[in-house]
Amino acid sequence: MSWPHSIPVLEKLGKAIVSKGGKGLFTSYEQAFGEVTLTAPAARVVEALTWLHDNPAYRFTQLIDLAGADYPEREKRFDVVYHLLSMTKNLRIRLKVQADEDTAVPSAVSVFPAADWYEREAFDMYGIFFEGHPDLRRILTDYGFHGHPLRKDFPMTGYVEVRYDDELKRVVYEPVKSVEWRNWDFLSPWEGAEPGYAPIPGDEKAIPQVKDARK
Amino acid sequence: MTGAASPAEATDFFAPDVPGETKVRKFNINFGPQHPAAHGVLRLVLELDGEVVERVDPHIGLLHRGTEKLIEARPYQQTIPYMDRLDYVAPMNQEHAYVLAIEKLMGVEAPYRGQLIRTLYDEIGRILNHLLNVTTQAMDVGALTPPLWGFEQREKLMVFYERASGARMHANYYRVGGVRQDLPEALVRDISDWCDHFPKLCDDLETLITGNRIFKQRNVDIGVVTKDEAMKWGFSGVMVRGSGIEWDLRRSQPYACYSEMDFEIPIGLNGDCYDRYLCRMQEMRESTKIMKQCCERLLKTPGPVLIEDNKIAAPRRGEMKRSMEALIHHFKLFTEGYRPPAGEVYACVEAPKGEFGVYVVSDGTNRPYRVKIRAPGYPHLQAMDWMNRGHMLADVSAILGSLDIVFGEIDR
Repeated sequence: MSWPHSIPVLEKLGKAIVSKGGKGLFTSYEQAFGEVTLTAPAARVVEALTWLHDNPAYRFTQLIDLAGADYPEREKRFDVVYHLLSMTKNLRIRLKVQADEDTAVPSAVSVFPAADWYEREAFDMYGIFFEGHPDLRRILTDYGFHGHPLRKDFPMTGYVEVRYDDELKRVVYEPVKSVEWRNWDFLSPWEGAEPGYAPIPGDEKAIPQVKDARK
Repeated sequence: MTGAASPAEATDFFAPDVPGETKVRKFNINFGPQHPAAHGVLRLVLELDGEVVERVDPHIGLLHRGTEKLIEARPYQQTIPYMDRLDYVAPMNQEHAYVLAIEKLMGVEAPYRGQLIRTLYDEIGRILNHLLNVTTQAMDVGALTPPLWGFEQREKLMVFYERASGARMHANYYRVGGVRQDLPEALVRDISDWCDHFPKLCDDLETLITGNRIFKQRNVDIGVVTKDEAMKWGFSGVMVRGSGIEWDLRRSQPYACYSEMDFEIPIGLNGDCYDRYLCRMQEMRESTKIMKQCCERLLKTPGPVLIEDNKIAAPRRGEMKRSMEALIHHFKLFTEGYRPPAGEVYACVEAPKGEFGVYVVSDGTNRPYRVKIRAPGYPHLQAMDWMNRGHMLADVSAILGSLDIVFGEIDR
């Protein structure tokens, strides 16, 4: 089949999956940037994945990726994003479910064994729980690590740093003090440049003078 | 040793035989993180029954740098260099996936010559990777000459990287909307010349390895992956092609100039380590063919390599010396950068190791809200456990070698 698929083809695909998928299996679909995104209720995600995997019209037999994403301002702060690929029909699709810190998402390991490490990673990075996962350990972070580093409220520098202590003859963990994270906001350096509105380095020196000018 | 003073333990092989009982001793050993055949910092906890592997538990993350978190804090343009540091064996292929994702968000496309250069350098990356993998795999099973021959050619290819981008490895050469600068004609001719000579080296390498009795004994029928298993475990690239699945993103979901290139996709029959080796050897020859075609086209078609829109692509240096407009654009680009519309995209390329994909979520600001890097080696390494069960300890390094693992991309 030709690649990339045209917009009407993708629209049709999304609509067909949502309507054929059975009652409430997929809640909605969206086509944007030439990709189809489905949403599903988290509790039925295994059912939804199985349906996509088994349906002879699509055969999404490969789990390409499973990613977490954090939106702290939402009621359910996490997204779990599944990217599926159908080699036989040459299709790609994205499935999203929402989760929070307390409710677990059913594990996809029974449908896609490849989900094992991806779920471990999402757990490690975001603290999303996967119910029925055979071995939900941390995977990328250090042994004995605390916290979930990809959450938006986790500081970029982390909380601890390590160094080799020559006296103790071992690596020691200490609170971060050697790095200072400089987070410059260059979003709008000129437009609407009220003092303090969009601080850029050096602004703090200019502010008192501006106040004087207004007097 | 067991003396009269030290009573024999249950696992003691020197203890006298008890009728009806077999003496069993299981080992737990650490393979790595400092092991020459571990291809980087991998710690494998192996459970052995004698010399037979019963379970493999890979401990990864020793090279975890938090790339995805770091990317969230920088303007798009400044995050491209992070891609080089993932699979540092074939850096530009990763950049390609990332710029494709941003281009998809912004709705721009690189000019034809830019696409050709990308195709050319993707293939150089593929050969860089396969040369390293094939030859070090041979080294893992005991051959010393192949890496020496292969690395000589890798060095030449890195010089091509350097002449295009200024860096041997961490190129930072691809840009949203094209590549940073044009290739000089002399470089294109040199690459073309290299392509004429390289197949001879492949022949030489094959005389060393392909028919080699030791290499075959160590690789044939080792680490067999069936079609079904390859699908279930999310494999891609040589790992699926070695098992006989005809799947290559360059052919089935073409990007850059691959749809107009003439090349073959080698497919394995048995899905064992040896077939994967053969696929890689053949892919290098096919890559050379693609490179040759790119060079021919590059010599014939001059033109821009980067889009002209200075809101996305930086203006040229010379222009900035004279034009105030260009100077302002330059300043805005390197402080604020560009702002893609809000939304989410997934873009992927056929990297040498398999499907390398990037999932980018944009919230409409100048920084990505979330970037998930889909590294091909990640699901491959995950398969270490079931692939090794029942094999001998010595096969672990052969299987690991044929998986083509680089920790830069797995640990991120």
